[in-house]
Amino acid sequence: MIKATAEDIAAQEFAGIVASHRTQIFRFLLASTRDVDLAETLTQDCFLKAHRNWSGFRGESSALTWLMRIAINLQKDYWRNRRLQFWRQTRSNSVDVDEAGEWLPSGERNAEQHILAKEQVTHVWQAVDKLSERQRTVFLLRYVEDLELKEIAETTGMGEGTVKAHLSRALARVRKEFGKDRDQG
Amino acid sequence: MNRIDENTKPIGAGEPLEPELREALGNFKSSLTAWSEAMMSRPREAMAPARTNWGLVTKWALACVVFAGTVSGGLYQNHRQQEIAKAEAAAAAAQAAEQRRELAAQVANEKSAQSAEDLMAKVDSDISREVPSALQPLASLMTDDGNTGN
Repeated sequence: MIKATAEDIAAQEFAGIVASHRTQIFRFLLASTRDVDLAETLTQDCFLKAHRNWSGFRGESSALTWLMRIAINLQKDYWRNRRLQFWRQTRSNSVDVDEAGEWLPSGERNAEQHILAKEQVTHVWQAVDKLSERQRTVFLLRYVEDLELKEIAETTGMGEGTVKAHLSRALARVRKEFGKDRDQG
Repeated sequence: MNRIDENTKPIGAGEPLEPELREALGNFKSSLTAWSEAMMSRPREAMAPARTNWGLVTKWALACVVFAGTVSGGLYQNHRQQEIAKAEAAAAAAQAAEQRRELAAQVANEKSAQSAEDLMAKVDSDISREVPSALQPLASLMTDDGNTGN
């Protein structure tokens, strides 16, 4: 009876974790893959794996950091398997950067501001598309998920210095993309 | 309401950002959040299997077929031309050998005929010039064309 209660508590705790972090995990995976179906699958896999290992989670890092680490590893496994299989390369639902840049919240913007914001988003997507896997991960964790450098280092297993270096290169790429646009304009 | 400020926490860690870049990153986050929320709140369907990009598959298959056809066609053509060239060379060589044989035979015949004629002419000449001394007076009466002078 007591055991069942402990299990119930653990299940409730885990349900709370899912409810709190599902949006963030899905958003990170969507940004990394630009593939809605794949992001959903990897998000489900991430929580399934987390559920299996929930008893082993000691709370040394935050739940989000732990979940992000699982998500990043799942994503790495996916790309590694995909690279080895030619057939899988022909199967993709990724949207292109222009399509991804179409999404903007319906805020109080006039038409001009809306177009400008869309252009900016497209430029960032174009830059993100050119980043290496590590640079992209660090960039998204910092500027989309708002993780601190220390948390990013914990999540990715890199040193803080390496995280800074990747972030700096990623930002340089984004700046270059904006500079290119300015030159063309 | 400024949505950019609403959706972005201060981007403080790391290097300072220019206002334009800061705004762009804020918009990027807003856009991504809007997209992911829209996708999460859409009606759930049975997970469709990943689309197969048949266009790409067809292109690759066609390219492979064309490549294989070109290569095998080229090889076959090359092989065929080599065979024809070999046969032609053999025929030409046989014909040349035949011609050489005929020429040699003809030269040999001509040579033997010539030597026989020369020999006969020499004999005639020798015989006609070597007249016995008793017949010298008569021979002197004869002209070269065989008349007696009468």
